[in-house]
Amino acid sequence: MAINIQMAIRKNILFVRLKGELDQAVTEKLKIRISELIDKYDIKYLVFNLAALNFMDSSGVGFIIGRYTQLKKRNGKIIVCSMNPLIERIFNLSGLKKICSVTTTELEAEKMVEVA
Amino acid sequence: MYNEIKTSFLAKIENVTLARTIGVAFLVNLDLPLNFVNEVKTVISEAVTNAIVHGCLSAENKFVQMNLSYDDVNVYIEIIDDGIGIEDVEKAKEPLFSTKLEEERAGLGFTIMEVFTDKLDVKSSVNKGTKVLMVKKYSEQAKLSQL
Ligand SMILES: Nc1ncnc2c1ncn2[C@@H]1O[C@H](COP(=O)(O)OP(=O)(O)OP(=O)(O)O)[C@@H](O)[C@H]1O
Ligand SMILES: [Mg+2]
Repeated sequence: MAINIQMAIRKNILFVRLKGELDQAVTEKLKIRISELIDKYDIKYLVFNLAALNFMDSSGVGFIIGRYTQLKKRNGKIIVCSMNPLIERIFNLSGLKKICSVTTTELEAEKMVEVA
Repeated sequence: MYNEIKTSFLAKIENVTLARTIGVAFLVNLDLPLNFVNEVKTVISEAVTNAIVHGCLSAENKFVQMNLSYDDVNVYIEIIDDGIGIEDVEKAKEPLFSTKLEEERAGLGFTIMEVFTDKLDVKSSVNKGTKVLMVKKYSEQAKLSQL
């Protein structure tokens, strides 16, 4: 697959680092994996590091909305960091910007959670 | 200057990456700005994903066709499936409309195709299939990038 995924858990935060291209082939599998982790480790915050993501289409949008809905039930939220301009366009166009918090680094994202 | 390729591949979701890659490779000679190429890549991804997921219902024995061409002014992208077809094309094109919302679809594919191209034409008939034609003008973009 055209993607490399790294995940890490710290307290109730799940960090997901995506490198490559996020499309239907990837989201089909990733959705199951992340949903399981959220339930198993009582995750409240999902931090997507998109620094190395160079492609995303509407399948990726649906996938993020799905996780947003899942976390909302737990009073949690999604934080996205290090988007490149191409990905940011998809975020603006789709309205994802309105349901995700945006930061420039993972550290910033983590601080945001601690304050909340 | 005219160029054209016709491709046909199985309706497997892995082949969406292939379709995007073919699209980018086909345009290499035109030396287009990265932003333009990325938009083409995105609309190919949208239309091919739709053909596979909705049209062919992920039946992996069906074929999806992708025909690409360009002339001096435009790039033409045509994605064809012989799947289930669309009952109401106008409704399908509406932002956030999806017949598969429960499968985490955003209903934004056609919206993105519309925004990223200059013309989107969808012809469909139920149980026969769907043909999506997109036209994207590059001549002005290319000139701009040379300034
Ligand atoms: N090739 C096709 N064959 C049959 N139905 C299609 C086809 N393409 C689109 N549709 C129908 O049009 C609807 C809207 O398509 P669109 O791409 O805008 O949204 P989506 O695919 O449902 O969601 P998203 O693209 O955001 O993942 C689909 O839900 C589907 O019912
Ligand atoms: Mg779609």
